[in-house]
Amino acid sequence: MSDAFDAGRLLAPACPAPAEPGDRVTLAHGAGTGAASRLFEELLFPRLANEWLAPRHDGAVLDAEGARLAFTTDSYVVRPLEFPGGDIGSLAVHGTLNDLAMCGARPLALSCALVLEEGLPLATLARIVDSLGAAAREAGVPVATGDTKVVERGKGDGLYVNTAGVGLVPPGRVLRPERVAPGDVVLVSGPIGAHGAAVLSAREGLAVESGIRSDSAWLGPLVAAVLAAAPGLRCLRDPTRGGLGAALHEIARGAGCEIELDEAALPVDPPVRAVCELFGLDPLFLASEGRCVVFAAEEDAGRALAALRAEPLGRQAARIGRVRAGAPRVVVATAFGGRRLLVLPAGDPLPRIC
Amino acid sequence: MCLAVPGRVVEVYEEDGLRMARVDFAGVRLRVCLETLPEAEVGAWLLVHAGVALQRLDADAAEAGLALLAEAAAAGAGAEEP
Amino acid sequence: MRFVEEYRDPRLVRALAEEIQGRATRAWTIMEVCGGQTHSIVQHGLDELVAPAVSLLHGPGCPVCVTPLETLDLALAIAEGSDAILCSFGDMLRVPGSKHDLLTARARGGDVRVVYGPLDAARLAGRTPGRPVVFLAVGFETTAPAVAVAARFARRQRLENFFLLVSHVRVPPALEAIAGAPGARVDAFLAAGHVCTVMGTAEYEPIAARHGLPIVATGFEPVDILEGIALAVARLEAGEAGVDIQYRRAVRPGGNPAARALIEEVFECADRPWRGIGVVPGGGLALRGDYRALDAATAFARLAPSQAPREPASCRAGDVLRGAIRPPECAEFGRGCTPERPLGAPMVSSEGACAAYWNRFGAEARP
Repeated sequence: MSDAFDAGRLLAPACPAPAEPGDRVTLAHGAGTGAASRLFEELLFPRLANEWLAPRHDGAVLDAEGARLAFTTDSYVVRPLEFPGGDIGSLAVHGTLNDLAMCGARPLALSCALVLEEGLPLATLARIVDSLGAAAREAGVPVATGDTKVVERGKGDGLYVNTAGVGLVPPGRVLRPERVAPGDVVLVSGPIGAHGAAVLSAREGLAVESGIRSDSAWLGPLVAAVLAAAPGLRCLRDPTRGGLGAALHEIARGAGCEIELDEAALPVDPPVRAVCELFGLDPLFLASEGRCVVFAAEEDAGRALAALRAEPLGRQAARIGRVRAGAPRVVVATAFGGRRLLVLPAGDPLPRIC
Repeated sequence: MCLAVPGRVVEVYEEDGLRMARVDFAGVRLRVCLETLPEAEVGAWLLVHAGVALQRLDADAAEAGLALLAEAAAAGAGAEEP
Repeated sequence: MRFVEEYRDPRLVRALAEEIQGRATRAWTIMEVCGGQTHSIVQHGLDELVAPAVSLLHGPGCPVCVTPLETLDLALAIAEGSDAILCSFGDMLRVPGSKHDLLTARARGGDVRVVYGPLDAARLAGRTPGRPVVFLAVGFETTAPAVAVAARFARRQRLENFFLLVSHVRVPPALEAIAGAPGARVDAFLAAGHVCTVMGTAEYEPIAARHGLPIVATGFEPVDILEGIALAVARLEAGEAGVDIQYRRAVRPGGNPAARALIEEVFECADRPWRGIGVVPGGGLALRGDYRALDAATAFARLAPSQAPREPASCRAGDVLRGAIRPPECAEFGRGCTPERPLGAPMVSSEGACAAYWNRFGAEARP
């Protein structure tokens, strides 16, 4: 149910927390945290409830006469449309294919629906579709079907993209938060927050030259490698909307366990850290679009880490935490020997000066 | 308000009659106004807040202070207050 | 990052914590008056490291939290009731006004934009000559120089469509009010380091002398805060009052003369209500002389809400801001008041004491 990080929301402010309960959709409902969960739990799920939505995972795994199909969809509303390291097209392919990979599925095909705003330059559309096509070809996955609609000028933010993906899950492979257990180890495949920081920096008006490139990437080979090395892995998750913080929260809830994060072990590239310092943001809540969190049993952790580090996208993989028995929550072990609760922000982080 | 971040001036220029600088923060560059610290030159370390320079950072004072603290830490309990 | 990472060295932090514990012969109560310090203390668990020798109280160091409700309601009225572009720091966007907050105003069609600096708002006014641009100028003396630069720029460029809705607050009068309050239980203060980089430390001398207590101009990183506390404890144990500078790399006794001159050109001291506390004499800054032409409260007076601002009756923000209670002692903490549905500003602002406790302990902070 996650959607791509939209750093446009950072400066086009996001996530209201109105003093009175509202009767309207607000930006908070798309922010991937509190209000968004409530929208799903209180309005969407009751009207649609079924056994595939119930686990509240990013993708559904359907039994189709002996085969297990993974099925997932995401919509992409990122601003700006093009940013260092990618664009809405490549993001839309990576995001949906990665969701399939997190289910342990081999992708079969993608669909792609475009909502174009009247006035969008055709040259921009061409560049983005080139990028989308290249990303799909790189993964060896066809865009097998699609749709295009146009809305009036002023109604569409340039371009919205929805992609859906279908894949095959090998027999016996079950990757889900419910399998995570006390004693398990948490790994991350590389430094976090680059996508969120890159999109923020690309926003006009911030006068920031950060040189940060989005980490948007197809994780298929990385995931295949780590699953080959440690078939018993419990769960995989890509920390997109809401960042690593949101991803760990979801897994803690699904697993019914406490996750303890080692703050000093979290890999964050220096320019990403600098952007966070400058704008008062926390890298734990910035999206990554080409990183993977891995939950492994202690006995598999070493092998899994080695497998990640052998991959081009996993060179800086690190062990960042562990799972403990306890109330489902995420705690951060600070560098000074203390522990603090990691509380999800009420919505997308806003740059602050205080 | 409190969030001010240390950075190093890499360029000084003028824009719209304002003295401005490009300031580097661990590889990230930001446009900062120097009207509040007009004597700052390329190479200076500054504290930046809300788009302006707040004050110059004294690297010698910083290093001296840290050295004293480190000595005290190494000496263990009972070290004199720096 | 240089000048940052070194001040997060766990070795130095632990050594300072031991020094504090070893030096204190009784429990001391020290108040910090800067949301940035509140944030750092709670994020890094520094209060645990110095307890029980030192008990840390969070003061009203959150300009966001103390922005008067009337000012916020006027900002909301401007955003929703005119064609003005309302620019603000991100910090203010989710603070509840009488009816709702600025983000909700945006959802309802108001043109509300986040800027990183006030000069960006002034430049925006230059690019949109047909529309008024109003900047919600919130902050301590730390932020006033940036706003002064924007004000002077707007005048020199003859930008007639740029306005300031001023809610600047000054720290020394607030410290005086807290130190002088009956039943005051603060033994020493950590003064806001970045305010002092601009203003220097002279204003704190009379307060320290009058109330016989130590005041230490302190930075924000864990090493800074612990060193500031250590200096305060040393003074307290010696029975000495006075002003010290811990944040030596950035604070000079005279502050930043160019920045102070800018403030004095554009602003003058004024009485100001601090939300939750009441009027603090000399506790604010107001536009002076010709700069009054930029005053949004005057230019948009017709939009000022006719009804008096309404605070939720059960909100105890004022008690929290004065250090009279800690956030978990408020009956609404975690119940009727959470970051998603806040009753008052301290639960929303990233540096409000209530938000700081929430971020550390969640609803479990309740005793």
